[in-house]
Amino acid sequence: MAIHIQMAIRKNRLFVRLNGELDQAVTEKLKVRISELIDKYEIRYVIFNFENLHFMDSSGIGFIIGRYSQIKKRHGRIVICSMNQLIERIFNLSGLKKICLVAKTEDEAEKMVEVA
Amino acid sequence: MYNEIKSTFSAKIENVMLARTIGIAFLVELDLTLNFVNEVKTVISEAITNAIVHGCLSNENKVVQLNMSYDDVNIYIEVIDKGVGIADIEKAREPLFSTKVDEERAGLGFTIMEVFTDKLEVRSRVGDGTKVIMVKKYHGENN
Ligand SMILES: Nc1ncnc2c1ncn2[C@@H]1O[C@H](COP(=O)(O)OP(=O)(O)OP(=O)(O)O)[C@@H](O)[C@H]1O
Ligand SMILES: [Mg+2]
Repeated sequence: MAIHIQMAIRKNRLFVRLNGELDQAVTEKLKVRISELIDKYEIRYVIFNFENLHFMDSSGIGFIIGRYSQIKKRHGRIVICSMNQLIERIFNLSGLKKICLVAKTEDEAEKMVEVA
Repeated sequence: MYNEIKSTFSAKIENVMLARTIGIAFLVELDLTLNFVNEVKTVISEAITNAIVHGCLSNENKVVQLNMSYDDVNIYIEVIDKGVGIADIEKAREPLFSTKVDEERAGLGFTIMEVFTDKLEVRSRVGDGTKVIMVKKYHGENN
């Protein structure tokens, strides 16, 4: 696969660190794994660390929207941190801004959901 | 100046990455900015993913084609499938429209292709397949 994934759970927070390229081939596989974790651990906040994400297309956007729909019922939030400029362009164009919080670093992201 | 490449892939979703890689490797000669290259990479990914997922319904016995060329001014990208075709092209091109929303599709593929290129043309007939043609100017662009 075009990606390396690292996940961690702390309380009701799921941290997802993606290293590589997020496209349809990846989201098809990742979707099942992550949505199971979210339900099993009653996750409210999903923090995507995009520091090492080099590429994302509309499949990635659909995937993030899908996770938002999943945690919305628990009044959860999606936080995206450490986006590079290229990813940020797709992010801005997609309207994800309306449903996701954006942080500069993972620490900042975690603080955001502490007060949320 | 003229150069072209024609490539045919099995309609497997794993091949989208391969198509992106081949597509941008073909342009190395042109000395483009990172931002420009990323736009090309993204539109190839969108068109090839559509051809495989929607056109060929991920049937690995089918194939999709990526043809690219450039002259002194423009880059031309053509993505062809002999799949199911599009019934209403105008509707399909609308932002956020998708026939597969339940499968977590944002409906943004065509919108991204439109924004990241200078011209997007979609030819399709139900039962025959779809051809997406994109033109992107690179000469004299300050990107
Ligand atoms: N090659 C194709 N063959 C058949 N139908 C297509 C093809 N390309 C696009 N479509 C149709 O056009 C619609 C819109 O395409 P678009 O790429 O904009 O959105 P999407 O693929 O549904 O979602 P996203 O690209 O955001 O994941 C699709 O839902 C599909 O019905
Ligand atoms: Mg699409």
